[in-house]
Amino acid sequence: MADLTSNFIGIKSPNPFWLASAPPTDKEYNVRRAFEAGWGGVVWKTLGEQGPPVVNVNGPRYGAIWGADRRLLGLNNIELITDRPLEVNLREMKSVKRDYPDRALIASIMVPCTEEAWKAILPLVEETGADGVELNFGCPHGMSERGMGSAVGQVPEYIEMVTRWVKQYTRMPCIVKLTPNITDIRKPAMAAHAGGADAVSLINTINSITSVDLDLFAPEPTIDGKGAHGGYCGPAVKPIALNMVAEIARSPEMRGLPISGIGGVTTWKDAAEFMALGAGNVQVCTAAMTYGFKIVQEMISGLAQYLDEKEITLPDLVGRAVPNVSDWQNLNLNYISKAKIDQDLCISCGRCYAACEDTSHQAIDMSDDRVFTVKDDECVACNLCVNVCPVEDCITMEQMAPGSVDPRTGKVVEAAPADWTSHPNNPMCATAAD
Amino acid sequence: MDPKALVSGIMPGRMDTAAIEAAFGDLHPPLDDHEALVAADRCYFCHDAPCQTACPTEIDIPLFIRQIATGTPEAAARTILSQNILGGMCARVCPTETLCEEVCVREVAEGKPVEIGRLQRYATDTVMAQNVHPFERDAATGKRIAVVGAGPAGLACAHRLAMMGHDVVLMDARPKPGGLNEYGIAAYKSTEDFAAREVAWLMQIGGIELRNGVALGRDVTLEALKAEYDAVFLGLGLGGVNALGVDGDDREGVADAVSFIADLRQASDLATLPVGRDVVVIGGGMTAVDAAVQSKLLGALNVTIVYRRSQARMAASVYEQELAQSKGVRIICSASPVSVHGNGAVREIEFEFTDDALARTGERFRLPADQVFRAIGQTLTGEGLPALEGRKIAVDGTGRTSLEGVWAGGDCASGGDDLTVTAVAEGRDAAEDIHMSLMG
Repeated sequence: MADLTSNFIGIKSPNPFWLASAPPTDKEYNVRRAFEAGWGGVVWKTLGEQGPPVVNVNGPRYGAIWGADRRLLGLNNIELITDRPLEVNLREMKSVKRDYPDRALIASIMVPCTEEAWKAILPLVEETGADGVELNFGCPHGMSERGMGSAVGQVPEYIEMVTRWVKQYTRMPCIVKLTPNITDIRKPAMAAHAGGADAVSLINTINSITSVDLDLFAPEPTIDGKGAHGGYCGPAVKPIALNMVAEIARSPEMRGLPISGIGGVTTWKDAAEFMALGAGNVQVCTAAMTYGFKIVQEMISGLAQYLDEKEITLPDLVGRAVPNVSDWQNLNLNYISKAKIDQDLCISCGRCYAACEDTSHQAIDMSDDRVFTVKDDECVACNLCVNVCPVEDCITMEQMAPGSVDPRTGKVVEAAPADWTSHPNNPMCATAAD
Repeated sequence: MDPKALVSGIMPGRMDTAAIEAAFGDLHPPLDDHEALVAADRCYFCHDAPCQTACPTEIDIPLFIRQIATGTPEAAARTILSQNILGGMCARVCPTETLCEEVCVREVAEGKPVEIGRLQRYATDTVMAQNVHPFERDAATGKRIAVVGAGPAGLACAHRLAMMGHDVVLMDARPKPGGLNEYGIAAYKSTEDFAAREVAWLMQIGGIELRNGVALGRDVTLEALKAEYDAVFLGLGLGGVNALGVDGDDREGVADAVSFIADLRQASDLATLPVGRDVVVIGGGMTAVDAAVQSKLLGALNVTIVYRRSQARMAASVYEQELAQSKGVRIICSASPVSVHGNGAVREIEFEFTDDALARTGERFRLPADQVFRAIGQTLTGEGLPALEGRKIAVDGTGRTSLEGVWAGGDCASGGDDLTVTAVAEGRDAAEDIHMSLMG
């Protein structure tokens, strides 16, 4: 079986699956259960300043959206950082780390944006034996109203400033957790990099209202008739997270900056995708909150099987897809494919027809006896039919061989690639040619 | 085992009331809210859906399932009922395995169709539980129409006519309306007096005057109806039962399956209903299955269906055959009755093997029997009816008969299978045609 041992910025763990800083890691009881279940590490629920802890609402703090059979697809929360006293958390962290020395234990921290506040808390954390710190610049609700969390993460200058303080006052490795509630994820990531961060982790949750109670006319979760936006996570946010991870991973300015991937990781496959896009490890929350800690066993067996089948090591996987993340303008316009329907697999539901006929290119023909075929002279290979087909692999996109004639355009398929940068319709290109 | 199970002869109370009530519970229990959402989610919302094409009443099945999936079963019910006002009963009795669910793309692909029938029941039960009637009558037209027969065809016709503003007089020979919904059909498909409740709910449209105990030919004539009303719809059903035509057919203990089923449907306590120890049902259709299964559920020890051709030729669907077999009914095929033996009451029934062309092989066997049910088809009865085609009233595609101003539909009319859902479609379509012809 493949070796899943992970070394992330010098922090070792038996596998690359960490629990993210969140309710599952709020106290010793849960974290011990997580380690017993097999998790490689945890990022302890975010610690705040010494003194009276924050309070949480006493009404519902989660909202959700569901798919088929009430499968949870997206979760939203308005919980704040830990509402337990700092000393209690520190004592428990120390106890757990002592008993599980092979597991990673990271302290997530969020204190006000003053040098004194950071200077004060770091030695206390260091004393627990924690392997590192994660700066929570991501939490988008409640704490951000008080100038912390995503309020810091949305201002690159603050990120850089605080990161410098942390690097100045502790030798512990420092991970900066980024908020996705910005326009360009590279800017805060570069600020963290400039401040000396050892790694970035992303994404934190996304500002969201999951649903509206149509009787109360209030957002859910509703507390005494009112609701506030929460932070969105779970399988629904994975595509957004993957893109942000990839944007950092392929940015030349941040080449080599370690990334801890977060956002909707639910299965080994999700984890492998994050890692292929450059994440050195992954952090999980919603999947554990939905199904319990045992899911890590599937993640471990699945990732190991995949690495074995591919005959690659875990480090080989990290970043393997990054060179293939490109810009639109560099995509090969001479690559031409056509949809093809496997008649043996087709169940004649006609969804491809409805989708193509009503909303796309009228490229699917329907016979009187419900046989569906692609009209190659109309098909632009948009892939919508593949996406709406309920049968996996029934419709595929088949590349046209160079030298053949595309019946839609009447042109010969060129073997040599060509992209928009050299296309005659590109005004920039025309200018250059002039 | 209850010792009464072994006693020969036709006797009530072979099982106690509680056991019988449990046996006669819903064949397909209703879906709860979550089950309905899960079942609805399996629908692919097919384009030009095969299920809708297969439905004789052409219910927009993908639409109503989507309406269930989005939490609006009331809207789903309206989608169903606008095409099929007896959508509640059809959800229970339709042989969906040979109609919508047979052609469901998921049946074709996976052998497991979307549960269309049960979803339809979920939607229609929702509005009936709310006692909401979702339709209103159009302005009165002043036209009066006689509908003869308050079975599925007559009810569907009467409702559609009333909805379009006509006044309807709905008459039926039996003491209660509903036709085979009330007097036929296995009890486990229409529990809790559903047929009567559905008629009461349907009548909420208004404009329908119900006259029970009125039989065509006995109490009224077609001539008189034609003279008195602007149009007449005949939904008479099939009143006659075919005889076995063998020696001993009249012995005590030999009865019509349809009468047995009607008695069963009307019994207030099923434990009082007599049934034999060794029951033989002759026939191969739904009536044979309904009679055989219900005999078994009443506590008969041995129940055998004997059909004269091979099993593949049975009119009862494979699903129905398997239902019978799962309840312990034995099916013997390729055998025709020769004579009914006994001294007064039936003791044995003798058969001869026959091939699919009904040629006799000369080989015979006897089955012990203290009760024999004839389920070999029903026939149209009555005098002075419109012209026949074969043994049914000849009609065109919209139910017009050979007589001006007289329409017909349901089992008494030619065209279509003898199914509840087909009768509903024919009654509805005749109503539309009557409306067109009266209103220009």
